[in-house]
Amino acid sequence: MSDIYHGTWFSSLTSRGWAAWLLAVILTAGYVILYWFPSIMGLGSDGAANTGLVGLFDPLSMYMKGRPASEWFVYGTLYTMAILVMGIRFLIRYRGSRYQTYRTLSVMFFQTSFAFILPEILQGLNKPYYDFKSIWPLNHYFFLDYNLDAMLQAGTLGYFMLFWGIAAFVLITPILTWFFGKRWYCSWVCGCGGLAETAGDPFRHLSDKSTTAWRIEKWVVYSVLVFVILMTVAVLTTRITGFRYIMLIDSGTLSAWYGFLIGAAFSGVVGVGFYPLLGSRVWCRFGCPMAAYLGILQTIKVRWPWSDEKKRLSKFRITTNGGQCISCGNCSTYCEMGIDVKAYAQQQQDIIRASCVGCGICSAVCPRGVLKLENM
Amino acid sequence: MAKVFFTASYVRVILYTFVIHLLTSSGKKMHIVIVGNGIAGSTAALKIREGGDHEITMISDESEFPFARTALMYVFMGQLKQRNTLLYEPHTWREKNINLFNGKVVRLNSHTKSIFMSSGKQIFYDKLIIATGSRPVMPDIPGTSLHGVQGLYHLADLQTLENTVRTEKGRAVIVGGGLIAVELAEMLLSRHIPVTMLVREKSYWANVLPPEESAMITAHIWSKGIEVIVNEEAVEILGSNGNVCGVRTKYSGEVIQCTLCGIAIGVSPNTDLVKNTNIHVSRGILVNEYLETSSEDIYAIGDCAELQNADPGRRTVEAVWYCARTMGHTIARTLCGERTSYTQGVWYNSAKFFDVEYQVYGEIPSEIPPSVHTMYWKHPKENKSIRINYDKSSGVVLGFNLMGIRYRSSVCLAWIIERAHISKVMKELSAANFDPEFSLRYEAELKSMYHTLL
Repeated sequence: MSDIYHGTWFSSLTSRGWAAWLLAVILTAGYVILYWFPSIMGLGSDGAANTGLVGLFDPLSMYMKGRPASEWFVYGTLYTMAILVMGIRFLIRYRGSRYQTYRTLSVMFFQTSFAFILPEILQGLNKPYYDFKSIWPLNHYFFLDYNLDAMLQAGTLGYFMLFWGIAAFVLITPILTWFFGKRWYCSWVCGCGGLAETAGDPFRHLSDKSTTAWRIEKWVVYSVLVFVILMTVAVLTTRITGFRYIMLIDSGTLSAWYGFLIGAAFSGVVGVGFYPLLGSRVWCRFGCPMAAYLGILQTIKVRWPWSDEKKRLSKFRITTNGGQCISCGNCSTYCEMGIDVKAYAQQQQDIIRASCVGCGICSAVCPRGVLKLENM
Repeated sequence: MAKVFFTASYVRVILYTFVIHLLTSSGKKMHIVIVGNGIAGSTAALKIREGGDHEITMISDESEFPFARTALMYVFMGQLKQRNTLLYEPHTWREKNINLFNGKVVRLNSHTKSIFMSSGKQIFYDKLIIATGSRPVMPDIPGTSLHGVQGLYHLADLQTLENTVRTEKGRAVIVGGGLIAVELAEMLLSRHIPVTMLVREKSYWANVLPPEESAMITAHIWSKGIEVIVNEEAVEILGSNGNVCGVRTKYSGEVIQCTLCGIAIGVSPNTDLVKNTNIHVSRGILVNEYLETSSEDIYAIGDCAELQNADPGRRTVEAVWYCARTMGHTIARTLCGERTSYTQGVWYNSAKFFDVEYQVYGEIPSEIPPSVHTMYWKHPKENKSIRINYDKSSGVVLGFNLMGIRYRSSVCLAWIIERAHISKVMKELSAANFDPEFSLRYEAELKSMYHTLL
């Protein structure tokens, strides 16, 4: 297991060489076509049959939900395949590490069942398309009119979906983060995290570790959180009051811009397209509003009515093993979130950072067994 | 007139003495010069800065910024870049106002309190800390100066190795059976170079590890495709056209063909700087418990220092990362006004042999003395083991030796310091585990082993 990352900086693909640029261009182009020019990949328009790539997926789509494939069906299938294939690669490389094995099996399971099979079947049954693990604000369209309408018109199941979606944000997320930290979602359940941990694993070391990057991260990720909250409040206000212009801007336009800028351009084109150049967690680190929310829950200190002092809400932290750190730099280098883990380990400090997704790779690559993920 | 002059000069002398006293007394600003930027020197520099506003100059002829020597192997294997191994971000040194100076110190004059650089520059100090580390020991056999024969210690050694393996693709022979030997073996194996290890003892690192652990690691090294020849030494390194071409073994007399010969039989203190001075040297630069050399205002820390009064059962030169760092801390406290003696404390160390992590806390001798009981558990299939030593008569726990399992440093060290009884340790053993979550635990196996002993 010790040779997992041997040669990482020698390979053109994993050290921002020509192969990395080529792959980045291909991935980025793929996303641009998917989002804005799906006809190029063979999507039939105006009732015409699918051809090309989309046409290849028609039989599977017909089997799963009795209708031809859409570009999103193709994307969902390829995305799931990427997590499964690269997940198996990861499992082989990390055999012997139970934490890594369980975590990877978990993201593979949630992607395949919750994100792929279940929503497609629901759609086939003429129920709302719903990924039960995609939680607002990551699921930025949850409170949009069309989604609310779909749920409200779907009877008991629809009402359950609405209830579940709100409970997931208000109750389930804080409680699980209290006990386990942000990782329960980001590196065990989430689809974006799932892709980053499997297909993105060869690029994890490319994350920027500088303090400048950290400063940018804090500004950008919390701005996106504010953006999604404003957008959602505007859309809901319009729905309730009927006024379209909330905060001087049409709430429909606001949500369309959010969908284009954040939902498509940031999370897709930059987030995945730039894997080989900026590392696997660019979206999770700089853009994901759910990560921002979880990060606040992970680091926030609260004073309970029965306690005299402020205590951190989340029990999760990474602890260091006394003075054993030899400052080799493996932990910081292989932190996909760009945390300078070594800076904490050599001072024998616990690592408590909003961005930490608890992937456990720092602990796995440490040659002296210094780091341990714990819920204390 | 003469009387007036005499009084004036008398006052002046008193004034000067007072000013000099102000400048040199503790708590006042001094120029502290550190030679060597390894973990000892770097720790000293940063900790002195925390404790005061002395002017600090750290000199190295090896690297611009301090780096982790222990991480050199990962750079060679493409796992880290040189930059990843820096101890601290480069801007740290500027922010902390620590002057880094690149160059070689060639001479020391303790009378004028100055050092001379190879460029001819003279640097004056108020306090001098020598932290020049160690260097690989070369065996006293013919052929060690051939091209392709090298140790692994300095940054430059890495470049030499890189140049050699770029042109020579033959077998490598590693002379030695310690920590550097196995690191070198892993490095070369990552470049698909076949490796033979010549180990003087009956198994890998048998002078340090107890026989069971030593045998386990020897087998593990074999399993990686490395030929481990035990009870054998090199007697001659053969060359052709100035390049190494083989190593003749001492007992079998066989010649092993090779294009690279790694020397890893240990390190010795680098005492070059104090040659031709009155500073006392034995193996290393001799220091008392305050890390003071025999010359005033000159200190030695880290691998290059030799303790005149080592703790019982401890070596006088401990060329170990953790010891060097502790010495850096200690000297910083002294120079910041709180004269502090260096205590070796409870021994601990850690390493990694390919896939197998190793941790030791306390005393685990390679040969268990009759007064000590040793409890050794090994996983039936995997390379995992736990050894706990305790005193037979008193039951006081003495040490922990772990392979493939992580224990919590603070818990183990506390037990050893408080001389905990083995029954207490066995009862609370689960508190010591530091393995990642979901790892299988083996406390039950140890406890049942302990109960059968009772």
